[in-house]
Amino acid sequence: MRVTQFAALGAALSLTAMTAQAGTLEDVQARGELNCVVTVGVAGFAAPDENGKWTGFDVDFCRAVAAAVLGDGEKVKFVPTTGKTRFTVLNSGEGDILFRNTTETMSRDADLKLTFLPVNYYDGQGFLIRKELGITSAKDLGGASICIQTGTTTELNLADYFRVNGIDYEPVAIETNEEGITNYSANRCDVYTTDASGLASTRAALDDPSAHMILPEIISKEPLGGAVRNGDDQWADIGLWVVNASIIAEELGVTSANVAEHAAAAGNNPSINRLLGTEGDMGAMIGLDKEWAVRAISAGGNYAESFDRNIGPDTPIGLSRGLNALWTNGGILYAAPIR
Amino acid sequence: MNNENTSAMNASIKPDYTVGEHPDLPPPSNTVGTIAWVRENLLSSPANIIMTILSIYFLYKVLPPSLNWMFFDAAYVGEDRNACRAVANGACWAFISERFQLFTYGFYPIEHRWRVDLSFVLLVVAVIPILFDKTPYRKYGLIFAMVFPFIAGWLLTGGLGLAPVPTEKFGGFMLTLVVGITGIAFSLPLGILLALGRQSNLPIIKVFCVSFIEFIRGVPLITLLFVASTMLSYFLPPGTNFDLLLRVLIMVTLFSAGYMAEVIRGGLQAIPKGQFEASDAMGLKYWPSMRLIVLPQALKISIPGIVNTFIGLYKDTTLVIIIGLLDPLGIGRASLSDTKWTGLSNEVYLFVALFFFISCFGMSRYSLYLENKLQTEHRK
Repeated sequence: MRVTQFAALGAALSLTAMTAQAGTLEDVQARGELNCVVTVGVAGFAAPDENGKWTGFDVDFCRAVAAAVLGDGEKVKFVPTTGKTRFTVLNSGEGDILFRNTTETMSRDADLKLTFLPVNYYDGQGFLIRKELGITSAKDLGGASICIQTGTTTELNLADYFRVNGIDYEPVAIETNEEGITNYSANRCDVYTTDASGLASTRAALDDPSAHMILPEIISKEPLGGAVRNGDDQWADIGLWVVNASIIAEELGVTSANVAEHAAAAGNNPSINRLLGTEGDMGAMIGLDKEWAVRAISAGGNYAESFDRNIGPDTPIGLSRGLNALWTNGGILYAAPIR
Repeated sequence: MNNENTSAMNASIKPDYTVGEHPDLPPPSNTVGTIAWVRENLLSSPANIIMTILSIYFLYKVLPPSLNWMFFDAAYVGEDRNACRAVANGACWAFISERFQLFTYGFYPIEHRWRVDLSFVLLVVAVIPILFDKTPYRKYGLIFAMVFPFIAGWLLTGGLGLAPVPTEKFGGFMLTLVVGITGIAFSLPLGILLALGRQSNLPIIKVFCVSFIEFIRGVPLITLLFVASTMLSYFLPPGTNFDLLLRVLIMVTLFSAGYMAEVIRGGLQAIPKGQFEASDAMGLKYWPSMRLIVLPQALKISIPGIVNTFIGLYKDTTLVIIIGLLDPLGIGRASLSDTKWTGLSNEVYLFVALFFFISCFGMSRYSLYLENKLQTEHRK
């Protein structure tokens, strides 16, 4: 078999670019497992628990896609990546879909040949600093040493912000969020900067949270969302509608607890009926069956359930919904309708 | 006692030995015992005295707080970090003990973990006869060691009656051991062949070996691993699923074989030309002369270098994090982002460091033991 592989190698070289990217759905179904690109560990978004089971906000979306496509939210292989390797892993085909608190940008979309899924978390970059330094605004950070993750948009935002304000700083390059916490608490940098969602949990984990503060400035827009490779529109649609279904389920009050009941028979809300496949056959349009959304919602719950369980106010991370509330509740979370 | 008495006593004592056979007197009291040792080693010169005082001061400053943090003021049980903080200010070992299974087995399915344990026990059984030549029934032990890799492979990945476990579930210490031991076991023979090939008179073999070795030495391991994990998919036909761990094992083995070859070449070049000529004169062909005369001497000289390469390889296994496999360090990093335990990086890194230290120190002590055992020349 190995021999034939190498014999086919030459011919395959020219074809790989075209064939490897089409039919991700068939590949995943044939494999019986979804390869989901996640982070090595960001509190609340993706991390293994003591039994090695991955949990988190991003992880829930991986499970929802796996449930929609394969019928089982456990059939996911998590591929942990660093900020630098994530897109290579996705583009090489080692991963099928990426949910790795990744900011959607034009260059990533066009130049790195990704197709982004709807934003699942609206974030912004902030600064964590020791109170004893007496600094109350990011504009006073001239000459400060700043811990910054390489290969991220935060690195670029930081450079932009300091250029616009004509101040200089000393970057301390780090690889992971955890490394950032270690360096910051060991005083190797004055300031730690990353997405505000990460800062809240970082501050909570420090020895004395009250000695640290998050500066009021949010210096960037960080729309975090999933992504797939370019060139497979059907697969991108599946990702897109699984994320949308989770948001729509919250709008309609469909939760993992009552989804089976709603799905048992068509009710008098046509939106719920279309979502859960009791009316029409929306799933067939993306290559799935009628009950794709039922499975996705049963696996991880709707958007609010996943948010509250992993990063919401009752968790140690304690994020409030803020921008991520539904548009009907004063946020900007707004999913295209299923019809 | 006064002088007169002393001289009187001296005169009265008769020598109780035959002239010319004076017994050895005990050495002067200031050259033996603790005090002498301290004077000789710690206080022999002003510079030495200053160094001693500084060292004692340093230990006084560092040791009590470290011990305090590590043992006396540490929390050993607890639900989460806050529980640790509530009872102690030092290390929170509850984190490590809760995660110990994850550190050991990675994501290996819980109901099949006995297979990992069994493989480890068999590993010990297989390794002892290789390491110590006085092991009873050594011949059978060596035969077992030859088949052990296949047994371990079967136990760990399954098949033939055992439930299959995909290799991406490997992680933690077991992953380090699998990668490290496979690399060590296969890179030595491969390295020997490459080293011999590099000195070959056949141009094709020589050119192949030289270019392979120089290529490996010119490229960082992390690059090779990255190519193996992501770029390879571009070259293989679509749909082929070439096991990720297998790719890593191949890359790590090839990488250390390149270095091994150079270490062994150093040993080969230290063998005097006369040895080669003598074996030719005995009428030995190439392989017997290498096996019986040249290699035993060359390998003996190379032991420190070989073990050095082994230790380097073993520690390089932490690089597998770049391709999404979680070794103990990766497990530690991932565990740190559990909201229950965030911020305990000191504990994690100390624990992982201890594991690597024990393994590497063990290897280096064994290499010393082997060197002493094989020592045939006069001590330098």
